[in-house]
Amino acid sequence: MGGILVFGELGPDGLQSITAELLAAARSLNESSGDEVAVALLGSGADAVSQEAISLGADKVYSVQDPLLEDVQIEAQLAGIEAVCAQAQPSVVLVGRTHLGRDIGPRLAFRLGVGVAQDCLEVAVDSGTGRLIATRPVYGGNALARFTFPGDGAQIVVLRPKAVEPLVADSSRTGEVVAVQPALDPSIVRARLVETVRQESEGVRLEDAPVVIGGGRGIGGAEAFEMLEELARVMGGAVGATRAVCDAGWIDHSYQVGLTGKTITPDIYITVGISGASQHMAGCSASKNIVAINRDADANIFKAATYGVVGDWKNVLPSFLETVRELINS
Amino acid sequence: MGIKIIVCVKQVMDPETPASAFKVDPDSNKVTPAQGIPPVVNGFDENAVEAALRLKDNGDVDKITVISVGNNFVMDVMKKPLSMGADELILVQDDSVSDLDAFATATALAKTIEHVGEYDLILCGRQASDWDQAHVAMGVAELLNLPCISLAQKLDVAGGGITVQRSLTDGYEVVETKLPAVVTVTNELGEPRYPNLRGIMQASRKTPTILSPADLSLDADALAPKLALTELFIPVSDQKVEIIEGEDEADAGRKLALRLREEKLI
Repeated sequence: MGGILVFGELGPDGLQSITAELLAAARSLNESSGDEVAVALLGSGADAVSQEAISLGADKVYSVQDPLLEDVQIEAQLAGIEAVCAQAQPSVVLVGRTHLGRDIGPRLAFRLGVGVAQDCLEVAVDSGTGRLIATRPVYGGNALARFTFPGDGAQIVVLRPKAVEPLVADSSRTGEVVAVQPALDPSIVRARLVETVRQESEGVRLEDAPVVIGGGRGIGGAEAFEMLEELARVMGGAVGATRAVCDAGWIDHSYQVGLTGKTITPDIYITVGISGASQHMAGCSASKNIVAINRDADANIFKAATYGVVGDWKNVLPSFLETVRELINS
Repeated sequence: MGIKIIVCVKQVMDPETPASAFKVDPDSNKVTPAQGIPPVVNGFDENAVEAALRLKDNGDVDKITVISVGNNFVMDVMKKPLSMGADELILVQDDSVSDLDAFATATALAKTIEHVGEYDLILCGRQASDWDQAHVAMGVAELLNLPCISLAQKLDVAGGGITVQRSLTDGYEVVETKLPAVVTVTNELGEPRYPNLRGIMQASRKTPTILSPADLSLDADALAPKLALTELFIPVSDQKVEIIEGEDEADAGRKLALRLREEKLI
């Protein structure tokens, strides 16, 4: 009994990067606790990636097979991971804060009657008690909080994507594959996903862009995005925006960067008229360099920036854009 | 015949509080309320109220009841959903429920919902802007054994069911379920309406129903925490910004580009 269980996620392109990150987090817990690292892989894609999961840190793979798991219905996935928990009785369950995991983690916790720490950046073992200490941002990222799990129930931690580096795959690692057949009743799927509508984004995907140009309330209106788009085009990057700007309708919500929007990790993030509220910074603080153009010298963004210009973007940005264009063309 | 909606809301510190006014008391592990900045109804919960009102505008709704669990409610703040157009406000107010963890909060809300009795749809904000956990609503759904759809940006009610557009970062999913159900609402739904004068007048004449944990048979056991806060702190950054100056702002823009080139960032 006991052990660490990772909720694995499979996509059309195989094992998802979040699963590799969770396996790395699980292995580092294992160094303190010695607990076995298992991963649950749900659906018929499991067998093709079991060895990959083992090479990334799993000691055991629960391959969960049921016709209901063939398309991603949250309640079926939930019943699948519940079945693995009933068999494995883990002391720790790691879930990624993905579109699926953000619902799976808390709902599993309530089904098991145990605690869950959401959106964690870090998880460690308390050497005194052997229980977990989970660290997560709170108050929109203004503060960090550490939590422990009273009692002796399973501890569920939902980890933020890109919080942990995956391990380098080691093909010499060995592990066991255990088949689980939960025989799910189709009536458990009450809320049914019937369609997915994706907006095609032009150019570079915001999440993958090496350069992001971000606009905030300080740019004054929708028209200002034209110059930001132009700069992004010249630099081979993408445009992002704060939630306030999206809510105001200046630009579509698919451009939103922040706690409840996209998380970006570019080499350079050029912010224009962005004050740097913690809710926005939560989505961009992993940028390698932040450049701030803002009128207010006291704006929070200058505390996070590497380079800054204090001034009106309408005066600063045109000459910046022209110089960038010349430098790139020369 | 329309449906009956219960909207769960929370009173939170104003998330627009400037970082300079954001203070933590390390002894109690609590955020010190900023002087002179009143609390607000959690922004995403206002989106949930707005979602309920839009369904009401369509003629789909008989009654909207707003519930909250906590302590030290500021009545002018908590009445905002009423002035937006909700019908009834129920507050579970007591010292013993002022500082609950998410598991206990969900338990208290589920008990309150059972106390209200009649409901077809339970709406919550996607998360609260203080603890940002996004799991109380899921707990309510699990405790009441109801289906749950998160991150709704559009809701349509018809024929005893609900169709929800579940927001993705690059589009949306269409999810359907039968009522009763729990749905969490995200800001992509659109801005909550401002209360108009008539709404404010009507709200001022309404008295919230105040319940105690005892009215709901909530004892200390039911409210025992599953998560314990051991440390709360403001992270320190050692980031130092290099401010680029020029003869004027346009010159500063030029120099910024040259500086970034020097660092091979362009």
